[in-house]
Amino acid sequence: MSDKKSKLSVLINGIIRENPVLVLVLGTCPTLAVTTSVTAAIGMGIAATVVLICSNMVISALRNIIPDKVRIPCYIVLIAGFVTIVQLVMQAYLYSLYKMLGVYLSLIVVNCIILGRAEMFARNNTVGASFLDALGMGIGFTLALIAMSSIREILGAGTICGIAIPFIKNYSVGILTMAPGGFFVFGCLIALVNKLTKGKGVKRKEFSCDVCPSAAFCKKKAFGNPDKACTGTPENNSSEN
Amino acid sequence: MFTPEMLKSLAVILVSSVLVNNYVLNKFLGICPFLGVSKKLDQATGMGLAVIFVMLAATAATWPIYTYILLPNKLAYMQTIVFILVIAALVQFVEIVLKKYIPSLHKSLGVYLPLITTNCAVLGVAINNINDGYTFIESMVSSLGCGLGFLLAMVIFSGVRSRLENSNPPESFKGLPITLVAAAIVSLAFFGFAGVAENLFA
Repeated sequence: MSDKKSKLSVLINGIIRENPVLVLVLGTCPTLAVTTSVTAAIGMGIAATVVLICSNMVISALRNIIPDKVRIPCYIVLIAGFVTIVQLVMQAYLYSLYKMLGVYLSLIVVNCIILGRAEMFARNNTVGASFLDALGMGIGFTLALIAMSSIREILGAGTICGIAIPFIKNYSVGILTMAPGGFFVFGCLIALVNKLTKGKGVKRKEFSCDVCPSAAFCKKKAFGNPDKACTGTPENNSSEN
Repeated sequence: MFTPEMLKSLAVILVSSVLVNNYVLNKFLGICPFLGVSKKLDQATGMGLAVIFVMLAATAATWPIYTYILLPNKLAYMQTIVFILVIAALVQFVEIVLKKYIPSLHKSLGVYLPLITTNCAVLGVAINNINDGYTFIESMVSSLGCGLGFLLAMVIFSGVRSRLENSNPPESFKGLPITLVAAAIVSLAFFGFAGVAENLFA
């Protein structure tokens, strides 16, 4: 695990093969909400990446101190602390972006990517590896947001980062910047990733769904078949923990 | 106790948070349970009811804490961290109380409660109530509206999902992508309610 190749693979993993948004389908709320403009998407991506890197490193450093039973509340407190720091910094230096992101900035706390990486990666790995993992996941998240917001802003409003694009501006499809467009573009992007990877990139074996809000339903046989919409495959995950 | 103007403004808040600014379909909050638990009608209803319950409880707890503890002590920047802790503790507490005293309700709603702790709709409604400067009563009505809106979206979408089960989309659209496209259409339908709240009580 110490050679350079595996370190690189940890970093690349988050960007492509386990892209948090398009492959693991985590953090859907901010993905849909802030991708109406590229500026907001980049801001959200960077804010989430900073929180992810900080929380992953601290959780990894404290992994032997935090008792196993109360780990989730501990993680939430740490994450909420970093979110507050990011909020204050952004309020001071990037006020317009702060206004644009609004409530979604606070909601980074409940973004499943961050809690998910803490649970899946940081608590079993060294600080260095957790940093690379967080960086990779953060970049993957940001790139996915940029891809989606580019589609929505260019086709929907005919602008990019607020600058009008001459020809397209006259033929913009307004609905794409509105709520239904968000769902539609996201669905199409995931379908595109499915098509390109032919399902191979979707290695859900390594994805624990403990932190997914719907996890209990996947796992409870009483509710019938495991939900296909949930990205995890509980049968494979049970051995992980 | 309530003047007609007050009742009118409360009604506007209620209707607009259920139909116009629907949390799931318009503000993209609580997408995870919306996509994950909407497959069967009974699950969707149970989840929706549990969310209404937790939203009301969360607002009843966070609004006084913010107004009477954080604001006077100039700790408003601690909002995020305090709210998430209060909500997490509250959900645990409610679960324990229900289990002990009302087992029948715990049996029907209990399984949904732990899932709601990290539901962004609950934290979102608590923060939005503060940001919008609502009074306590208005906050409670707005929470009720958001919860009802969530329930409505879940119930409607579970109907759509049951039709999707029998459909045959292209291979790469199977599963989540086609569900999202269906959600786009349901969301589009809710656009028809734009402007209803203001005009209904004008």
